[in-house]
Amino acid sequence: MKPSDTLRFASRAAAGYPLRTFLMVLAMSIGVAAVVVLTALGDGARRYVVNEFASLGTNLVIVLPGRSETGGFNPANAITSTPRDLTADDAQAITRAPAVLRSAPITIGTSEAVWSGRLRDVTIVGTTPDYLRLRRMDLAQGRFLPADEPNAAVAVIGAKIQAELFGAEAAIGKVLRIGDRRVRVIGVLAQSGQGLGMNADEVVILPVAVAQAMFDTNTLFRILVEAKGRALLEQAKAQTLEIVKARHDGEEDVTVITQDAVLETFDRILGTLTYGVAGIAAISLAVAGILVMNVMLVAVTQRTGEIGLLKALGAEDNAIRNAFLTEAALLSATGAVAGYLLGQGGAFALRTALPVLPAYPPDWAVIAALATALVTGLLFGVMPARRAARLDAVQALAKR
Amino acid sequence: MPLIELTGIERVFTLGDSEVHALHRLDLAIEAGEYLAVMGQSGSGKSTLLNLLGLLDRPNAGTYRLEGRDVTTLSADEQARVRRERIGFVFQSFHLVPRLTAAENVTLPLMLASVKPAERARRVAAALESFGLANRADHRPDQLSGGQRQRVAIARATIMRPAVILADEPTGNLDRATGEEVIRLLETLNTGGVTLVIVTHDAALGARARRRVVMQDGSKVSDG
Repeated sequence: MKPSDTLRFASRAAAGYPLRTFLMVLAMSIGVAAVVVLTALGDGARRYVVNEFASLGTNLVIVLPGRSETGGFNPANAITSTPRDLTADDAQAITRAPAVLRSAPITIGTSEAVWSGRLRDVTIVGTTPDYLRLRRMDLAQGRFLPADEPNAAVAVIGAKIQAELFGAEAAIGKVLRIGDRRVRVIGVLAQSGQGLGMNADEVVILPVAVAQAMFDTNTLFRILVEAKGRALLEQAKAQTLEIVKARHDGEEDVTVITQDAVLETFDRILGTLTYGVAGIAAISLAVAGILVMNVMLVAVTQRTGEIGLLKALGAEDNAIRNAFLTEAALLSATGAVAGYLLGQGGAFALRTALPVLPAYPPDWAVIAALATALVTGLLFGVMPARRAARLDAVQALAKR
Repeated sequence: MPLIELTGIERVFTLGDSEVHALHRLDLAIEAGEYLAVMGQSGSGKSTLLNLLGLLDRPNAGTYRLEGRDVTTLSADEQARVRRERIGFVFQSFHLVPRLTAAENVTLPLMLASVKPAERARRVAAALESFGLANRADHRPDQLSGGQRQRVAIARATIMRPAVILADEPTGNLDRATGEEVIRLLETLNTGGVTLVIVTHDAALGARARRRVVMQDGSKVSDG
């Protein structure tokens, strides 16, 4: 029997019992669709979180004052125990590192902002003009901190501050009192709505020198450094540490971390979650495989007379086995394809319903689902096919 | 040299504790072109004999020579090949595949023998034509009358031009007129040179054969 004939014979057999074939294909397709949709959901959640982090500014290196000790007792620390302050000049110096694109110092404090009798507690961020691009922020109105006047008494305010203090009135050009100082509002940040990190809608941004004078300090909360690219992140980290160390008399009294480290942890957790979900969905594929076996066993019983006839007509055992195996393979392949389309449709519906969630099934999950469907279908088809091939011709013919 | 030569055939079935000798020390020779009826009560061993002749069953002892070749020692696949090429079966209940059309049912042996599709179509069309089934080619078995079904089955049995046709009660499921028609068709094939072996318990049918073998309790009681 030629392979093309086997295929035709098997497909005619599958088509000969439409309800059975439909139910079988449905079961298999639900299994595949479950894997596709659930992994799309899991991977969508992972991508969502990764994107949220990316919108905070990618390729970030963060410099914190003080050293987080992991190496045990260090005699150098015993002599000079007080860490040197992190200064705006340090931030400026870091910019010269070849792997660094830009950096921004941050001083943080809280104070009261007053305008026309209205008062509100605000978070003050003292920084430099590069901060805007480093944090991927946008301005709604006006302009950001001027680069040429580091001591100008100006402020950029968050969208919520603008709404609560000024209401419908224009904020640009108004003089705001913050603590005991007066600053002129020159810009308003666009609403960010970011859930992660500090809420940029409720801050007042001042030039770092102004903020430091306001809080009477020289030290920084931290320095944000942006590397020139993802590949240069580790280099930027090393160079940053090198520069700060050199400026602090060769003492390593700062801690440098990458945002990537945090991101990787989230990525790993949610990636593992996706694998887990895929595994659970794959159980339904195994169930579908057992169903293939059941359906094929019924088919062998149902078509015993036909098998006897084929033997009488001179079909070898292999020909009969291949015909039934091909039928099982056809059922699971059709189920797999139908399930793939169903799953992609489900993922599309998910994306339509929740536009923020990039619910695309990962390639590995799609391939694994299709392969599992085909392999289980074939594997569970082997036993019924062998049973068909081994039937005794005389007894099979006697059955009708 | 006879077409079929059985020598000292034994076929024993075990039913529970007892052994049943379905065939016992059977010797039978059939020449090419013969028209033979195997007759006997049910349980006389005639069906077992037919199954042995058709290589669907193996004897416990004895030899079976088909066209001078010992076929009892062949492997299962080799026996399948002999069945495919030298033996045609006609059954009481027709044994047509219900989901396939008449033409497709007739094509089955050619498909199993891996004959090229173009030649298959030609041979099947010719066969259906000569059996008066040309306008029934695309009908499924449930759309055919009993006589038409048996004619499709005979077309299928002869499509490979076998040396022998083994018919098991070929008229058992047909009314008298249709049965007569089917028997005449088989007899025409026999006149054309095909060896015809009919198993029946119908005396009238047996009387038409040129040679009758009567079976009883697994042994031949009369031959001639």
